[in-house]
Amino acid sequence: MKPAHSCDISLAITGSGGAGAITAGELLLSLAGNNGCFGMMRRSFGPQIRGGEAAALVRISHCPVECMNDAFDLLLALDWQNAERFADEIALRPDSLIIADPDAGEIPEAIQGLGVEIIPVPMKALAKDIPAGRPNMVALGLLSHWLGICPDEAGRLIDHVFHAKGEAVVQGSRAAFDRGFTEPLIVEAREARPRPEHSGPAFDGSRWDLSGNEGCGVGALRGGIRFAAAYPITPASDLLEWLAPRLEQLGGSLLQAEDELASINMVIGASFGGVPALTATSGPGMALMLEGLGLAVAAEIPAVVVDVMRGGPSTGVPTKSEQADLNMALYGMHGDAPHLVLGALDHADCILTAEWSVRLAEALQTVAIMLTDQNLAQSRVLIPEPQYELPEIPPRLQAGPVEGYQRYALTPSGVSPMAIPGTPSCTYVADGLEHDQRGKPSTAAADHQAQLDKRLRKLADFDFGDCWADIRGEGETAILTWGSSAAVAREAAERLSVNGQATRVIALRLLMPASPAKLAAALAGVSRVLVLEQSHGRQFLLYLRAWYDITAEVRTLARPGPLPITPGEIVAQIEEWS
Amino acid sequence: MEHAQTSRPPGPKEYKSDLKPIWCPGCGDFAVLNAVTKALAFLELPREDVALITGIGCSSRIAAYTSLYGFHGVHGRALALAAGLKAARKDLTVLVAGGDGDGLSIGGNHFIHACRRNMDLTYVMMDNEVYGMTKGQASPTTAADWSQSKLTPQGSRIRPLRPASLALTAGATFIARGFTGDPNGLAKILVEAIQHPGFAFVQALSPCPTFRPEQMEWKHQVRGFEQETSSDPMEAARRIRADDGMSTGIIYRSDYPAFQPGSGAGGDVAAGMAAIEGELRI
Repeated sequence: MKPAHSCDISLAITGSGGAGAITAGELLLSLAGNNGCFGMMRRSFGPQIRGGEAAALVRISHCPVECMNDAFDLLLALDWQNAERFADEIALRPDSLIIADPDAGEIPEAIQGLGVEIIPVPMKALAKDIPAGRPNMVALGLLSHWLGICPDEAGRLIDHVFHAKGEAVVQGSRAAFDRGFTEPLIVEAREARPRPEHSGPAFDGSRWDLSGNEGCGVGALRGGIRFAAAYPITPASDLLEWLAPRLEQLGGSLLQAEDELASINMVIGASFGGVPALTATSGPGMALMLEGLGLAVAAEIPAVVVDVMRGGPSTGVPTKSEQADLNMALYGMHGDAPHLVLGALDHADCILTAEWSVRLAEALQTVAIMLTDQNLAQSRVLIPEPQYELPEIPPRLQAGPVEGYQRYALTPSGVSPMAIPGTPSCTYVADGLEHDQRGKPSTAAADHQAQLDKRLRKLADFDFGDCWADIRGEGETAILTWGSSAAVAREAAERLSVNGQATRVIALRLLMPASPAKLAAALAGVSRVLVLEQSHGRQFLLYLRAWYDITAEVRTLARPGPLPITPGEIVAQIEEWS
Repeated sequence: MEHAQTSRPPGPKEYKSDLKPIWCPGCGDFAVLNAVTKALAFLELPREDVALITGIGCSSRIAAYTSLYGFHGVHGRALALAAGLKAARKDLTVLVAGGDGDGLSIGGNHFIHACRRNMDLTYVMMDNEVYGMTKGQASPTTAADWSQSKLTPQGSRIRPLRPASLALTAGATFIARGFTGDPNGLAKILVEAIQHPGFAFVQALSPCPTFRPEQMEWKHQVRGFEQETSSDPMEAARRIRADDGMSTGIIYRSDYPAFQPGSGAGGDVAAGMAAIEGELRI
């Protein structure tokens, strides 16, 4: 079992867009990683590139962490530009500490009102007389001292990261770091406070530094994806950018599309050609892809779409997280279009779920929509090397040269051999029109019924094995959730269990087809179910109501983004429930 | 085996399927089917190495009438689907076909970007200046004063697009116009188009006897271009603008290199994956 959070510190670094808060946070996380720690960093920012606001939210722990803590121990403000826009996301406690630049203007009233101790450090002034020195590197020095990070180690990281920007930047950054690291105000304040205790055995396995988007990329490549079509959209673009050079490294390619209508059709074209293909997008782009996804279902072309969810509807809150594309993923297509919907539960799980999505789409010759969200996709974690085992899944069933080939033959499993262009004597026309077994367009009722049955049978009769959900813990109380809310639920359940209230967490990874018998078994002995999701419309609850019989008493904790649900809120809600 | 390997290359008929085309008597699209199969027979391309990608509309039904690999996809998106196929399978000969509404209205953006992307595709736009399958509405190439549609009883009152002009502006590297009343001439153009190593756009004037019976007069109006094919876009633009849209032939051809994504490299996949995953280790 994981030891108590004896060394578990949460820091927020804020500043105007371009001030370098994110860079400082990333370097801090890397340094923590070099020191054997685990951790997580979320980025919170507005949609502007410059002149907006940015916050690096960093949690460092001696145990793996997959979500943010309830409150921040330390807030470092490079400036107070637009601080009110993310003040909600940076909860402070009375014993938290603020480090702020006194020259950055008035401290916002909301923050002053908290009564939190504030240490004024003139970061901008300290950096000013250092050539190429920047306040964010002073901040990194301050925080590194606070965390007890070895300065030589930091120096080496600065050399490595800024090497390409030239020697002046490296020297300026190192000097600014040193000035922050030795700043007497912080040295004194640190002395006055107890050092965190390190407890538990040191982790000696291999660790990864991974974002959710990178996890999806790794899983996609492991699953065999060798073509991607891309139209830029926040927060999915960095997944596509990560894939671009790596697909080429493996002999594949990426094609930038003119829009999402094109990108999904490019995916269908490549997959028709026999090459496993994927695209990634977010809500508005996914909406444009639904027409093409219907085609892929009808023509039985394997296709994978990763929808990195953000606040909606419309442009919504494009840089921040929400779990509200579930309805669209489940029900957005026209006609009766059986397909797969999966949701990744944490960073490591992005790898598993992406690989599984690709393998399932290939084996079942249909669409897999994989859902992640901005919170997962654009945060980084330091975690033990991800390990998982997928059930045996057959590859795409291909047709060899054969006489009288029927592309849409009515087989017992519903899966029929697919001829790849280049295969002699199997030429056929893939069609979005309803068709007979050969592929000839047909409006006959019998053909429509037979092909609808076939396409449903592929999914309904397939054995998805144990990966349908991630189930942890015991107890009569269960938290039933999906997506990135799973990690928060797990941390809450651990705290509840430590407090003597055993709590089970059931996180659904495979959302469609639904697994009602498996969920009923997983809920055996459960009398209370808390349904947890980040959606204003309670989309997950409505999905559960439609597809499952839950006999236990149900309550919900549902909230729209972008404010993350914290473990503490879940604990409080379950403890109040008596 | 039906298509057993023999030394004899297939004749034009063998590029046709056994489905009887469901087109109106007199429809120009029959001649496009004949021209495509003639061109493929002339080039002696194995049927399994050619893919014909289409959208939606009367003309887009052509895929099912061939014995090639085909994809009858969604309205307007054939060019995007074909780009994905060609990106993944550069070994295939990829043809795209559809109508003027499919290619210039709902698929207009894809047309522009297919031209500028200049992948090695051949696109035949069967232009009858009308939406036939939905029973006769004005398309982007319909004259502004054509008032026979219930949807626009006073005419569209919107100037028609010139497909060749748009293709040139957008960056197509082969632009031609053929006429279904001259299937041999169209087949010759298609042979050149398929051999062109880049995006080849062929506008096929293809009359609709049902909704545009007046187009049956096109056979008296069509003529060959007087000039040779140009490789100068300014000259081609001038020629397209000066023309009434009824001259046929290869208007423009440029040797600007075709685009093919991917480096074509890729060695040991296991070693490649290990390197990629190694980047993520601390």
